Amino acid sequence: MAKKSSTKSRANAETMAAKQRDISVSEFFAKNRHLLGFDNPRKALLTTVKEAVDNALDACEEASILPAIEVKIEEISPPPATSKPGRYRVTITDNGPGIVRKQVENIFGRLLYGSKFHRLKMSRGQQGIGISAAGMYGLMTTGKPMVITTRPHKNKPAHHLELAMDTTKNKPEVTVDIETDDFPEGTGTRVSIEMEAKFFRGKGSVETYLEQTGISNPHCEITFIPPDKAGENPDLAEAKDSVEADAQGIVRTQEYSDRIVYPRTVDQLPPETEEIKPHPYGVELGTFLTMLNKTNEKQLAGFFKHEFCRVPPSVVKEVTNTASSKDKTITSATRISTMDSKAGEKVYNALQNAKLRSPPTDCLSPIGVKQMLAGLLKGVKAEFYTASTRKPSVYRGNPFQIEAAIAFGGDLPGDQQARVIRYANRVPLLHQQSACSSFKSVIDTSWKNYGMQQPRGGVPVGPLVVMIHMASVWVPFTSESKDAIADYDEIRKEMSLALQECGRKLGQYIRRRQRMKRDAQKRDVFERYIGEISKACNYLTGTDTQELYDALLRQAKAKTEIADAQLDDEGNFVKDSAGKLAKADDVIILDSAIPDDTNDDGSVAESKPVVKKKRVSKTTKKKRTSKKTSKKAASGLFGG
Amino acid sequence: MAKKITKKKVVKKVTKKKVTSKINNEPALRTVPSDSNKAGKRDQKTSVKLSKMANGIVKAVHSDKEPEMDVPIRAASNTNWNAKKGILEMGDSVGTRQLFNLGQARKFMQTLLHGKSVDELLVADKTLSLRGMFYKSLHTIEGTKEKTFDDQTESDGILEDLEVSLGSLREELHIFAKKRGTMVGNITVVDNGDEINCKKMGSGGYAIPSICEPEVIQFKNVKADFILHVEKDTVWQRFNEDRFWEKHNCILTEGSGQPTRGVRRMLHRLNKEHKLPVYCLLDCDPWGHYIYSVIKQGSISLAFESSRLAIPDAKYLGIRSIDFERCGLSDDVKISLNDRDIKRAKQIAAYPWFEKNKQWQKEIKQMLNNGFKMEVESLITKDISYVTEEYVPARLKAKDWLG
Repeated sequence: MAKKSSTKSRANAETMAAKQRDISVSEFFAKNRHLLGFDNPRKALLTTVKEAVDNALDACEEASILPAIEVKIEEISPPPATSKPGRYRVTITDNGPGIVRKQVENIFGRLLYGSKFHRLKMSRGQQGIGISAAGMYGLMTTGKPMVITTRPHKNKPAHHLELAMDTTKNKPEVTVDIETDDFPEGTGTRVSIEMEAKFFRGKGSVETYLEQTGISNPHCEITFIPPDKAGENPDLAEAKDSVEADAQGIVRTQEYSDRIVYPRTVDQLPPETEEIKPHPYGVELGTFLTMLNKTNEKQLAGFFKHEFCRVPPSVVKEVTNTASSKDKTITSATRISTMDSKAGEKVYNALQNAKLRSPPTDCLSPIGVKQMLAGLLKGVKAEFYTASTRKPSVYRGNPFQIEAAIAFGGDLPGDQQARVIRYANRVPLLHQQSACSSFKSVIDTSWKNYGMQQPRGGVPVGPLVVMIHMASVWVPFTSESKDAIADYDEIRKEMSLALQECGRKLGQYIRRRQRMKRDAQKRDVFERYIGEISKACNYLTGTDTQELYDALLRQAKAKTEIADAQLDDEGNFVKDSAGKLAKADDVIILDSAIPDDTNDDGSVAESKPVVKKKRVSKTTKKKRTSKKTSKKAASGLFGG
Repeated sequence: MAKKITKKKVVKKVTKKKVTSKINNEPALRTVPSDSNKAGKRDQKTSVKLSKMANGIVKAVHSDKEPEMDVPIRAASNTNWNAKKGILEMGDSVGTRQLFNLGQARKFMQTLLHGKSVDELLVADKTLSLRGMFYKSLHTIEGTKEKTFDDQTESDGILEDLEVSLGSLREELHIFAKKRGTMVGNITVVDNGDEINCKKMGSGGYAIPSICEPEVIQFKNVKADFILHVEKDTVWQRFNEDRFWEKHNCILTEGSGQPTRGVRRMLHRLNKEHKLPVYCLLDCDPWGHYIYSVIKQGSISLAFESSRLAIPDAKYLGIRSIDFERCGLSDDVKISLNDRDIKRAKQIAAYPWFEKNKQWQKEIKQMLNNGFKMEVESLITKDISYVTEEYVPARLKAKDWLG
């Protein structure tokens, strides 16, 4: 046997060459779908919704439309067994600008096709691989084409297309192409994909994703119709179409019998972001050489001016001087066609060592403190909210900006680990939490300083939600499934600083709350004893019981005035309390924060008249007339 | 009811005067029955002190100051050893008890409540036991479920505080403790007017009252030569049955462990007024040693009363640590020292009044070396009456005791 195989080689260069051929991207995906977030039926559902919603939001914002998105998941056939996937139809409808007919196939039918990849601009989707991959997944698992309805022009009928995909050619195949009126008014797009999937709730589910999207995008309204509610007839459901504020005047997420609505709480679109040219620090040598090859510019000066940012002529001069050698002199006028890769490398190295200004940061659109607070207020029932937006910073030449927000107390579970919700360009990151830079920075922050419990090397424990957002023209994900932010020192540092800013405010609040609690308890104790003391003093010295009681009560109140800090302040539900904390507009403290105190006050008020009653029976009539106020108070009791 | 109200009116008038003209010893003192006898005057004085304390609080409150009262500190840190007098004395440290201090608010209230109760006692000219006082001031605070006192211990501590802060003795507050301690011997006591011949007390003996002040107790026919104080009732029974006091012409007392103030006051008065030497027969363990220490120079918590209670020349007759060998006792009577005993013994040895006493240092060291303690009853192993017929007479004869 061994002899046989050694004499006859299994293959040679020729036979091997016969097998070597192009791999289409689509085909690659079909085999490596886990790279794009389609590893299992559970995740497939989420990834589909995620890609569609991200695209919808991006499109709406670019077209300056306040987004209203409906996500509907219908169960075609339930999972035959718990271990097997069922069949679902996912339909996402937006009120975006719609898509021009001839682009539909490209956008939905081809992988790696889009407007976002070729530019450095902050947007949700980056690679343009998402929605078409979802369509392909659907096609592969069910054989059903993706159904797209879109109306780019308000007054014209909508296009209805059914799209299959040729995986070998990375080319879409349109199976149905008609015009229809079956589409909500105005412009918009609807994508419907049938796929094998598994619907579930809880961690990493579609619902969680939409909830978190609602938090980071308070300007959008999302309606979610889960499969168990999709059967309900919306007409029969509660007629409450308008989302109403609760008792505290806060518009919160509302759950109806047929749908869940994540309401819009901010009526302003986030500012439009600018597209920027790459910054030299963020460009690798290979990329640089490619750019050099591909550019339409004739001279180096033009190349630097138009292809990069932050490279002024003075720097070009400096860089070219350093890159020049005896053999070859390089100036800003050097023709690009004469640049070989060796010269290119020299210029590149010189450029990396040159002192450059940081890239412009107006390309970033942070969520904003106010918006984050509005988002958290809507989605998280807590009593204390604070948020912080850091100044833009730069990693590897890419501008980025970190934001953090914290919700504390209220209805949040107090004995569990804090919930960390992570965002990259407003998109919630649901998986691979522990690999994410933001999660690590939460662990690294010492929450004990801020009055929280924190096990060693863990997230804090307590009624806490931590939100971290990274806005950047290019978010460094650890993998293509876009689930975790890579660990750059610059990013970690900014995250820590943002968390610390929020933490300090939280610590201040917790300490104050503790003090208030303590003072309320103190007052309670004092008030309990004051009655006894004034009675004993009355016996021993003959002093007026009520007078002494009132004087003591005044003192007790003065000693424990902190307990009153929030009670006295009447007004809105979002209450500004006294002191520094309240003046800041990056903090919201809800009224319900200290419900115990009001109860205590009530009981004290009840016990008071009893003392009065006694006094009346002891003092003479003459005395009573001399003190008008106490007479008034006592007359009711006395008369009865 | 009507009577009470009129009384209150009187109170008011008087106090108003008092406020204006500070210490004005007017006959005034109102409510307290002003019999011209000594006790009546004393009660008046106490009453004045009480209203002064309350007045200070009222005045402070109305002038917008924090209500507080001074309570001398009853702790080892505020106890001084007066080597010259041979007694423990209370120092000058005074703590302020504030109402608006979370840790002190309740005590503040309790002190005032007891102040009120004491004044009521003075008015009615009656006395109450410690437990009675607890019930007197006990009620639920209006509008809450909290009781003014949780238990008697809490109340007892407050009463002691009241004693020191007013500078009045318990007797002057009309409070007495439970009777404890028995006496028999060649003496006649006049107790509240009744003559009691302590030679004719049968097997039970005369129960030493809690208040042994001259106003209540007078001595008559003190014919005994000395006092033998034993630790507990059981030993005392042995001595009484053997008519030891008759044979040796002495007074036989017993304190049921740590003697109460009444017993100590009785011993003190007999010692001071009639020059009767006091001999103590206590267990050979740290607790016995401490009983002796308290009889001799007073206790820490009652340091303010030492001058009325302590008997600096009291002697410690036994049981001595050498008695195991001296009396040839069997191993069975050994009770080994536990860690607590050892710790306590070392503590006692370090007390300043023992520290320079070589005899005592030797005694405690010997006990620690022995590694065991002995009870007085251990002598019974020799013979039922060994202690009364041999041990004590021999020690007394040989003047073999610790001082």
